[in-house]
Order: sequence, then C-alpha cells, then structure tokens
Amino acid sequence: MRYMLLIHSNEIQEAGMSEEAMGKIMAEYYTFTEELMKSGALRAGDRLRPTTSATTVRVRNGDTLTTDGPFAETKEQFGGYYLIDVPDLDEAIRWASKIPSAKYGCVEVRPIWEMEG
Amino acid sequence: MSSSTRNEIEAVFRSESGRVLSHLMRVLGDMDLAEDALQDACAEALTAWPRDGLPRQPAAWLTTAARRRALDRLRSRRRRPEQEAMIEEATPDPRDPLRELEQQLDWPIADDRLQMIFLCCHPALAREAQVALTLRTLGGLDTRAIARAFLQPESAVSQRLLRAKQKIAEAKIPFRRPRESELPERLPSVLAVLYLVFNEGYSASGGDRVLREELCDEALRLAKLVAGWMPDEEEAQGLLALLLLSDARRAARLDADGELVLLEHQDRARWNARQIEEGRSLLLHTLSRQRLGPYQLEAAIAAVHADAQRFEDTDWAEIAALYDRLLALRPSPVGELNRAAALLHVHGPAHALATIDALLAREPRMADYVYAHVARAEMLRRLSRRDEARGALERALALARTEVDARQLQRKLAELAD
Repeated sequence: MRYMLLIHSNEIQEAGMSEEAMGKIMAEYYTFTEELMKSGALRAGDRLRPTTSATTVRVRNGDTLTTDGPFAETKEQFGGYYLIDVPDLDEAIRWASKIPSAKYGCVEVRPIWEMEG
Repeated sequence: MSSSTRNEIEAVFRSESGRVLSHLMRVLGDMDLAEDALQDACAEALTAWPRDGLPRQPAAWLTTAARRRALDRLRSRRRRPEQEAMIEEATPDPRDPLRELEQQLDWPIADDRLQMIFLCCHPALAREAQVALTLRTLGGLDTRAIARAFLQPESAVSQRLLRAKQKIAEAKIPFRRPRESELPERLPSVLAVLYLVFNEGYSASGGDRVLREELCDEALRLAKLVAGWMPDEEEAQGLLALLLLSDARRAARLDADGELVLLEHQDRARWNARQIEEGRSLLLHTLSRQRLGPYQLEAAIAAVHADAQRFEDTDWAEIAALYDRLLALRPSPVGELNRAAALLHVHGPAHALATIDALLAREPRMADYVYAHVARAEMLRRLSRRDEARGALERALALARTEVDARQLQRKLAELAD
C-alpha cells in the first residue's frame, strides 16, 4: 500500500536558522532517507523550494488565472514529501514519525488512491 | 416466541457478538462484510434457537453460520476471489464436523478481541469514533443504543461509524496485536475510551437519567478483558481498579426517587463490599510494582473513600496528597478543583475558597464549568456568606447541562433560602 508523507513546517522559521542548525537537520534527513531506501519502502521523495517561488494556477470558464504564491496562506507550508510503499498505516506512521521535520513541523500521512485495473 | 426467550437470545447476541465479530474481522479483513454476516447469522439464530433450544456454544454456532453467510455474500458479489480463498482456508473441512467443533473450541478468541479493541481505539481515529466503534463491535450495542447513551442523533452516530470504517479500509489501519514497543503509544487511547464510556454511564452528561447502567457494565466488562490481557501494564490494572471501586458505589448513588445522592449522604451499607475488596486488592498489588500512573492514583483516591466507614472518617489529608501527585503527573483544572474540594476538610472553607478563586483567575475556561460554581457556593455557604453562595448557585444553574444537576441545584438554592 502506498502512502504519501507530506511534510509541513514553518519556512520563515527555517530560513532564520543558523547554518549549523540547518546542517544538522540536513544530516538527519540524509540518514533518514538512507534508512528508508535500505528498507525498500522508498518510492520517491523531494524537497520543495519555498512558497516564495510558488505559482498558483486556476482555470475558470476556460481562462487560465495565474497568481503569485501558494494556494493558501498557512502558518506551516508544504515543503517536501516522501512516497512510500508499506504494508499498512501503522508502518506509514512509524516512518512519518522519523522524519526530522516532524519534531518541529508536522507530517500528513495520506493513502494513495490506487486506480483499479 | 415468548418475549423472555427473545430477551435471552438477545442477551446472548450482546455478550457473544464481540468475539464472533472480532474473529470474522480477522478472517475476512472487512468490517462491513463481517457485520453483515453476523447480522445474517443472528437472524438465522432467531429462527433456529427457539425451535431447537440454545446451542451449548452460541459463539461457535454464530461463527459457523456467519462464515457460511459471508461465503454466500462473497459468491454473490463474485468480485473478490482472494477473500473467498481466505475464508475457505479458515473454514475447517465441512466433512469433518467433529474437527470443526474442536477447532472452534480452540480459537484464540481473546486475541481477536484484543486486536479489535486496538483497531477501534487506533489513534488515527477521532475519539468519538473510537468510542462508537468500540461499543458497536465489542459491546454489541447497535447504532440506536449508542445514540441514546450519548444523547446524540442516530444519524450522527451512524455517519461517524461509517466514516470510521471507511478510514480503516482506505488508510488500511491494520487488524493486529500491537508490538510491545507500541503499547506506550497505543494503550492510552484504549484506556481513555473505556474511562470515557464508564464516566458517561456513571454521571451522564445530559438527559434526565443519572446513571446509564449499560455503559458502566460495558466499560467494566471491557476493562476486565484488557487488564486480563495485559497483566504487566500497571495503568490497565489501575483503570480496572478505579472502575471496580467507583462502580461499587453505584447502587448508593441513587435514592428511591432516582435522584443523585452525593458521596457525603450515601448509605455506605449499600456499597458493594465484594467489589470494593476486589478493586482494593488489585490496586495494592499494582501499586507495589511502583510504576505509578494517573489511573492508579485515581483508583487510590477512590480506595481512600471506600476505606471510610462514615463520611466523617474520610482521610482527607491523604486524598489531598494523592491529588497533588495526580496533578504532578497529569495537570488539569478539574483535578485542581477536586483537590480544592478535598482541602475544605483539611484546612477549612476559607482556604478552599481562596484556592478555587485563584484557580478561576488563572483558568478562565473554568468559569464555564458548572461544578466550579457548585464548589464555590459550598465554601461560601459554610462561611455564612449566603448571598454570594446563592449567586454562585444561580451561576451554576445557568450552566447546568442535565436535568439531574438542575434539580440538585434547585434543591440547594431552596435550602439556602430557609
């Protein structure tokens, strides 16, 4: 069963971090990703650029509306994801709880809607 | 069929359906199918049992019937062959009825129910859904009974159950026994659900009945199962001790008119001495392991009350000390209020009132808590500040959510006016 682990954290807070603190988190991410890869559960995973680089697109009545910024202003922003394949939700939660950002942000666990056939 | 036969059969359904449903859930892995099959089996039993008499092993009878009906349903659906293979594998060879019976008697039944309670109380489900699912699957309460017990519309409860079952299926919440290492995270929600169910039964949060006995019974029954499954979990034992000790006072909490009788005025001869002894010895054994938790402390407070022959004999200093330890482990404004009420008997009403007022100043949310004003009124009354006491009672009356509370408060107001 595939799950998307959506990582949310406060990017302003992150931008304000010292280089040393940031380096430590990056090292933790490296270790985590290694472990996930070795377990065979990792399908994909990426870090996203901050929402300052985001563009939101909507099509209404055939017109494409393009706006600067994320789709909604929130306290924490979507900043990265892992796509994993594990037997059940408990396993997905176990991996989610190991994501370094979970310690200060949060991780939303969403099952993939598998298409039949 | 006579109504007594029907009642008898329905009692069997209620006590056995948890086992049967848990077993079907393991075999079928689909809660809806398991429930439908069980319902079919119960309908079959309603015809067969009055005719043939109650089977010696009703759970085995119902399971056999339910498995057969599940197979029928799967065949008619013809959509999930892998499920069909699973159930056929789990069904013993039909040509060997003796072996079938043997196997049924050997089921690790308790294990299935343990898995079921951890599934129903999974932290990925909302607390209200956990409660409803637990009562539905393990308590054998139908949607209407759950709705009635919690004074909620039936449609809301059935929506909640539906959504919870959908989440279990779509997010694939597993049906399995938690690993030892997962228990610290998983057990608290199971205990919290049982505690909540018991409390709702013990002091209903709405309506005109003080007690909802069916909820107390169910919580106690499930707490016994959980404590039996996990003898090494002190808090599971502590919760059971707490429920035994509180439930022992049940009969004395109502007077002849069905009105609530406060601890102070209860006829202690009506307390269930056997159950108090059971709770006390369980608690002592658990406390001796020295891994204290909130449920053990609450049970200890209940035990101190049980130890007092008369209300005047209560060891309030001990109770206040236990509240101190409880608050250190689990801070809560309601706990602080209870501690303040105990302080009345140690340091007098002026001290208790000052503690309550300090709490109200610090926790503005407590201003909406009916019992905060009831406690204030009591302290003010004892200090002969009658006008203020009346004001506090009127404040409480305005906040009262149950008719029982309202009647109690009106009585107190009338007493003040005398």
